[in-house]
Amino acid sequence: MHEFGITQNIVAIVTEHAKGAKVQRVLLEIGKLSAIMPDAIRFCFDICTQGTLLAGATLEILEIPGLGRCRQCGAEIYLDKPFGICNCGSVELDLITGEELKIKEIEIEELCV
Amino acid sequence: MCVTCGCSDDGEIKITNLETDETEHNHTHTLSDGIITHSHSHDTHIKAPQIHAKIHKTTISLEQDILANNNLLAAQNRGWFKGRNILALNLMSSPGAGKTTLLTQTINDLKHQLSISVIEGDQETANDAKKIKETGSKVIQINTGTGCHLDASMIERGLQKLNPPLNSVVMIENVGNLVCPALFDLGEQAKVVILSVTEGEDKPIKYPHMFRASNIMILTKIDLLPYVDFDVQKCIEYAKQINPQIQIFQVSATTGTGLEKWYAWLIEKLTNLSTIPSSLRNT
Repeated sequence: MHEFGITQNIVAIVTEHAKGAKVQRVLLEIGKLSAIMPDAIRFCFDICTQGTLLAGATLEILEIPGLGRCRQCGAEIYLDKPFGICNCGSVELDLITGEELKIKEIEIEELCV
Repeated sequence: MCVTCGCSDDGEIKITNLETDETEHNHTHTLSDGIITHSHSHDTHIKAPQIHAKIHKTTISLEQDILANNNLLAAQNRGWFKGRNILALNLMSSPGAGKTTLLTQTINDLKHQLSISVIEGDQETANDAKKIKETGSKVIQINTGTGCHLDASMIERGLQKLNPPLNSVVMIENVGNLVCPALFDLGEQAKVVILSVTEGEDKPIKYPHMFRASNIMILTKIDLLPYVDFDVQKCIEYAKQINPQIQIFQVSATTGTGLEKWYAWLIEKLTNLSTIPSSLRNT
């Protein structure tokens, strides 16, 4: 269950960037081939954010589909697993998208005095 | 939990030096400028300003890789190994595939040719490290507590205690688990996945991340093939489907079958480390 540690890391990174401000929204980008389950992150998020600047923040997750390019014929194919077979028969695929694991943006409350 | 590497409960991580029997709970921190310290600052409380005023929303675009800190530490480990001409391998498998048996056999057979030291990763106990110690090798046990894998920060701390010699091999025996260890770069030169014939031949397609991340697959316990229902060819096909470049060795650590090819690979890999590429000679 690596998602728990990864969520703790998300909280740490966001806390650092929020510089003391309350966080309202966190937007993540998670690739479908990254071996990270968005539902597990959502589950951990509420627990990990308790008592932090992220408490009560909305979590949004953008799931990036898997896309591979065949090394033999150059065709691009959509993948739901980190492997596959091209129409030309080759299994030599370079992954173009789907392995992302990123904090895309955060929304914080800014105080205007 | 170490927020620097972000994966396990740091309070539970123990590093045991089998030479001195000392167990420590220490902590590595990375400063914002990337310098790794060994300070113990845990004062992470940020005091929110108690100001009642008009509140705006501000969106900050981060685009930050969540594993960036682990990857930075792994790159530093890689440099550390390179500077000492050390071959570091990350051995991964499900629990009970035979990593420790393969390791002790390898050390015993090669001890007069290679210096091999070991970082052992397990959730609990120093049992595996004790087995390695019996071979005469230097060994450090890392207990991850609830953590399901080793990360680059644990390796960095383990290496300080292990102090492996120049021109040697460091074997990192990861926590038995075919999922999480695949995600964490430790700074090793190669990932080695070990699969035993007492498991299913479809493990590569069931755990594709692990087999895709690995450079080497060692199929172990082949002496048991007459007694188990395991299709070696099918297993190899699956592994190649996931990772066409994966190099495969078939061995039995108890009878010694096939070990010579694995040893030859190991010796060649270490020898190549010390070889200056021809493109850089005479320049």
